[in-house]
Parts: sequence; structure tokens; C-alpha cells
Amino acid sequence: MVSDAKPKLAVWKFTSCDGCQLSLLDCEEELLPLAKEVEIANFREASRAVIKGPYALSLVEGSVTTAEEVERIQHIRSVSKRVVTIGACATAGGIQALRNFKDVQEFSALVYASPQYIETLSTSTPIAQHITVDFELQGCPINKRQLLEVITAYLHDIKPTIPAYSVCVECKQRGTICVMVAHGTPCLGPVTHAGCGALCPAYNRGCYGCYGPKETPNLVSLSRQCRHMGMSTDQIRRELQTFNAYAEPFRRESLSYEK
Amino acid sequence: MKNRNIIVDYLARVEGEGSLFIKIRDGAISDVKLKIMEPPRFFEALLRGRACTEAPDITARICGICPVAYQMSAVHALEDACQLKVEGQLRALRRLLYCGEWIESHTLHVYMLHAPDFLGYSSAWQMAQDYPDIVKRGLQMKKAGNAVIEFLGGRAVHPVNVRVGGFYKLATRSEFAPLVEQLGRGRDAALETVRWVAQLPFPDFQRDYEFVALSHPDEYAMNEGRLCSNKGLNIAVQDYDDYFIEEQVPYSNALQSRIKGRGAYFTGPMARYNLNFARLSPLAQEAACAAGLEESCQNPFQSIIVRSVEILYAFDEALRIIEEYDMPVQASLPFQPRAATGYACTEAPRGTLYHRYSIDDEGIILNARIVPPTSQNQKTIEQDLRYYVAQVIHLPEQELTWKCEQAIRNYDPCLSCSTHFLKVHIEHES
Repeated sequence: MVSDAKPKLAVWKFTSCDGCQLSLLDCEEELLPLAKEVEIANFREASRAVIKGPYALSLVEGSVTTAEEVERIQHIRSVSKRVVTIGACATAGGIQALRNFKDVQEFSALVYASPQYIETLSTSTPIAQHITVDFELQGCPINKRQLLEVITAYLHDIKPTIPAYSVCVECKQRGTICVMVAHGTPCLGPVTHAGCGALCPAYNRGCYGCYGPKETPNLVSLSRQCRHMGMSTDQIRRELQTFNAYAEPFRRESLSYEK
Repeated sequence: MKNRNIIVDYLARVEGEGSLFIKIRDGAISDVKLKIMEPPRFFEALLRGRACTEAPDITARICGICPVAYQMSAVHALEDACQLKVEGQLRALRRLLYCGEWIESHTLHVYMLHAPDFLGYSSAWQMAQDYPDIVKRGLQMKKAGNAVIEFLGGRAVHPVNVRVGGFYKLATRSEFAPLVEQLGRGRDAALETVRWVAQLPFPDFQRDYEFVALSHPDEYAMNEGRLCSNKGLNIAVQDYDDYFIEEQVPYSNALQSRIKGRGAYFTGPMARYNLNFARLSPLAQEAACAAGLEESCQNPFQSIIVRSVEILYAFDEALRIIEEYDMPVQASLPFQPRAATGYACTEAPRGTLYHRYSIDDEGIILNARIVPPTSQNQKTIEQDLRYYVAQVIHLPEQELTWKCEQAIRNYDPCLSCSTHFLKVHIEHES
């Protein structure tokens, strides 16, 4: 069946910094052509207009941290043909998932004088813990080229091509000398998902893992190497407990260093 | 229909989640509540126990639209604690990075979030159907701002090159060449932007605000200065907590700020313009005057002109910094952490951003306090609405609601920062 109606694209926000949605607005060259191909049906950060579903593709930013969000994500799934999570919050719970390792009441009392007014869950969880997700685009923030690849692929009903290898591969591709081998700088590149273009080593620093775990990462081996290089166990724990702290491989390894 | 409620459940074209509730009783406004529903993320709590060197990367994640502001306030506050002074070209490069963010963030607001209100469109892409060249011009300017951040910081959102003491890596002078051309074109477009926004229809609305911003004797303040106001405030940023207070209100996840003993105040481009007009570049001053602005401006709807003047200034200033750039020997200065408390304010696109950290001898953060611009403006926004709704109360519900949203967008509120927002509820009691 051929339809003249443009496919509907929706962008949804959960608990997040808005940076991954912004990546779509940062597609300065592609935004207006995209708006001709699809109907941007729900994108509150950028439009007052809200068009009802069902949606061909829903992009979900942010993690689930409130009871309202638990319900809302179910609704979004029910009105979306495809759901793609964008970014570390939606895919791994984000930096706010550090609460999962602590007592959230204590956190709330540190920030708010009257924490009883604050409605929040004790955990920050990834979207896939609540609904079936078609694809998870990793990164804090996501790469806008990869975002366009995902949108284009799903609108043509094909699987996006997003390599799941490590940042190391990207360093080799761009010809960056290994900071770990050449400078003795600890680096999470060997266990971190590619996608950023191996930025940090190109800026003379070790990768800090903002794209989350690659496929089949060897955390045990990497953290042993980091200890050889002089990192304390607490430093290693902190390094793993950042924007993808709740992603299973990072979580498991970091917990082995909990005091 | 003397009594009614205006309710906007989810304010659009602002960064984050919020709602507005206005109660009208006997034809007069009886209550205005700007609710920031953005779920809390507890940054101040999760910074405890982290190394001070991690603060720039962690606090950047408070806001995807102004991560540079968080990185800047963080490094300055921690350098204050460690008694480290970053000066010369490293300081200039930080200012350049900030110029990139002002351009990117302000252009996003002017073209994509605010201008559609004045012209009656729901989004920039809807506006582009009638004004394609104008929207494209905005996108090109935004791209130029992002290009500065990408060049210096590696990427536009959450750049990776900022550290306590300076940068991880520096560029050589010749590497700046492509950027200069792009910024030159951007500056021309910014000049056209000031002329364009000056033509928009503005409601006759002004109030006697207390404007608060950093002020610096030699430059239009971004990273450094004293905290000043048009009503006599003139303090070092280290004294911030003695003069400002943050309060929790039951209906919002963001804390509201006020000046002790005085009340609401106004931070952001309007405040900077009113306090620091004399330090704008001649080009920016001339453009402001040609656009019909005087040296002070009290109409928040005209913030779109002021923001455009600041974009023009940021392009001009970026080009000046690059012109004078001389690559420093060291990308960053070494420092020794010491047990101390450090303070900083810098001028985020939306206003003054305060950070305070206490660290121990190892450089571990013991406690942190962060006051973003939107929580400082929240009270002023509510007061604006009280006055403004009275002017437009005769309008039909849908139009009135849109007007209220526009009045909120005057402040470019960022609800991710202030925890984050926007629903509008207008309630008419009968």
C-alpha cells in the first residue's frame, strides 16, 4: 500500500539534560529537509504543535525516575511502531543512576530543604527495563550522524548500521597514537562503544566511557591494567561510575571495587 | 466569565519540562504558579566524593544546551579553591569557547524558540515554509557557534577538552583559519538578525526590575567580575551566599532565588545589557542603537533584540580573540589541591551561574552548591505574568495561553538546568 501521508516522527523526553534531543536541532543542514520527509508530530522542545499518534518512529531521551514516567513510557510504546532510545540516560539510566548505588532519600535531603515535596523513584532505570525497545543508540551525548542513520534506516524499515566495536578501532581509523601505550594514560577506550569518533584520545586524554560498554567488553582485564598504571581502586570505581554507571558490565566491575 | 483558570500542562519550546497555572478570580489574577516538573537528578549530592578534576565533565551533564557554562563555573570555582589563576591566552580561549556557546544557545532561542511566537508559528520548521531564508540564516549562525565549540572542545554537546587548570590540548594559530571565515559570515548574519528582530511587534510592557549580572571593568563580563545590580548590589562572588537565598516552593522541583531583604531579580542577557552596555564592542553598540534600543531596556519581550545583540557581540569578540591568539606553551597549569572552599559565577547564556565547592587535601569534593539562572529568574517570571495577564485578559483562552507562554519564553528558561519545564494552567474561578 502506498500512502501520501508522511511518516510521523515523535521525540519524547524523560529524565535528562536535553542534549540528545538538541543533537537533532544541531543537524543544521538536515533539519529542514528532514521536516519535508517526515511529519515532526511531537517534539515539545522545539514545537507547540502536537499531532496524535500512531507514530512511525519514537525517539526517547532520558531515563525513568518518576511514577509518571513509568506509565508514560508504556503509552509511548503502544502508539509507536518503532521505539529507539537516544543517549546514555535512556539506554543506561544516565549519571542520575548513581542514586541506584545510594540512598535516594539522603540525596534528596542534600539538595532540598523539604524533600517530602519531591516525587522521585529510588532508581533511575533505562527505557528497555520497562518496554521492548527496537534499538538503543548509545552516547552521552549521541552522535548526530548516527542519529540521522537511525532515523533514515527505520523510516525505510531497515536495520541501522551502527558498529558495536570499541573506541580503540576509531583511534586506529583516525590515526591517533594510543594514549595508554605511548603516554601511560589510563583509558576506557578498549571497553567503550564506538561512536564519538575517539575524541578524548585525540585531545590527549583517556576515554572516559561516555558511550557506555561495547559488545563483549573485558572489564576485568582493563581494570587490572589500570591498576598496573597506578590507578587506585577508588579511582577505577569512580571512572566506571559516571554516565553509564548502571550499564551491566560497568556496574558489575565497579561494584567489585565498592568499599 | 470573570473567574477562570489558565492551564498549560506542558510548556513547549523551552528546554525541559514545566507547566503554568494561572487563577483568575473576579477578573483579576489571584495566583500564578510556574511549576518546574523536570525530575530532580541530585547533582549536588552525586558530586560528593568525586575528584575535583571530574567536576567539569559531570556538571556539563546538567544541561545539554549550555554545558560550557557548567564547565566554566566548575573550573573557576575549583581553581579559586586551589588558588590557581588561569590567565593570558588560556583565559582568552575559555572566553572564545563561551562565545561559541552564547552564539549556539542564543541563536537556537531567537530563531527556533522565540521568533515563532512573534510571527504566529508553532515551530521553526513551520516558520520555514514562509520564511525559508530567514530560518536557514539562523541555522547557519547556530552552526558557526557549534563550530567554535567543536573546534576547541571536540564536540558541541558536552565538550571534552576543558579541565581544571586549562585545556587538554591546544590548537595552533593556523588551525583557526577555516573558523575565521565561518565566523566572519556569521557576524554579517548576526547584524542582519538584529535588524530583523527589531521589526517584530512588541507589546508595550515594562517593569522596574533589579538586574543582576557579572560586571568587569575591561570587558563584557563572561567568566569573571563582580556581581552587580542596577540597584546598588556590588559584591565579590565569594559573598554570594550572604546576599542571595534559594527557597523551595511546594509546587516546583526547582528552588527559587531571591536577594535577601529585597526579593525577585532578573538575570541573563537583559541584565548584562543593562549593566554592561558600555563594554560591548562598537559594532554591537551601534547595531543596538540602530535597532532602536537605548542603553537600558526594561521590556522583557525585547530580550529577543538584546539576545541578538549579544550574538553579534559574541561573533565580534570571537574574531578578536582568534586574531590576537598566540599559542601558549602549556595547555594547562599544574595545581595542588588543598582543603578549601572555592566560588565562581560565570555568565551562562541564560544568566549568572553560581558554583561553590568544598574540597579536601586530596581534591575530593566534600560538598557542592549550584545555582542555575532559571531558578533565579523563576520568581520574576511569575511576577511578569501577573502584570502581563492583566493586559491581555480580554483575549480568548487559546490566544491568552499562547501569550503567557511567550512571556515565559522571554526568559529562555532552561528547566533541565533548574531541574528543568512547561505545562500552562489558567483557572477562572466562578
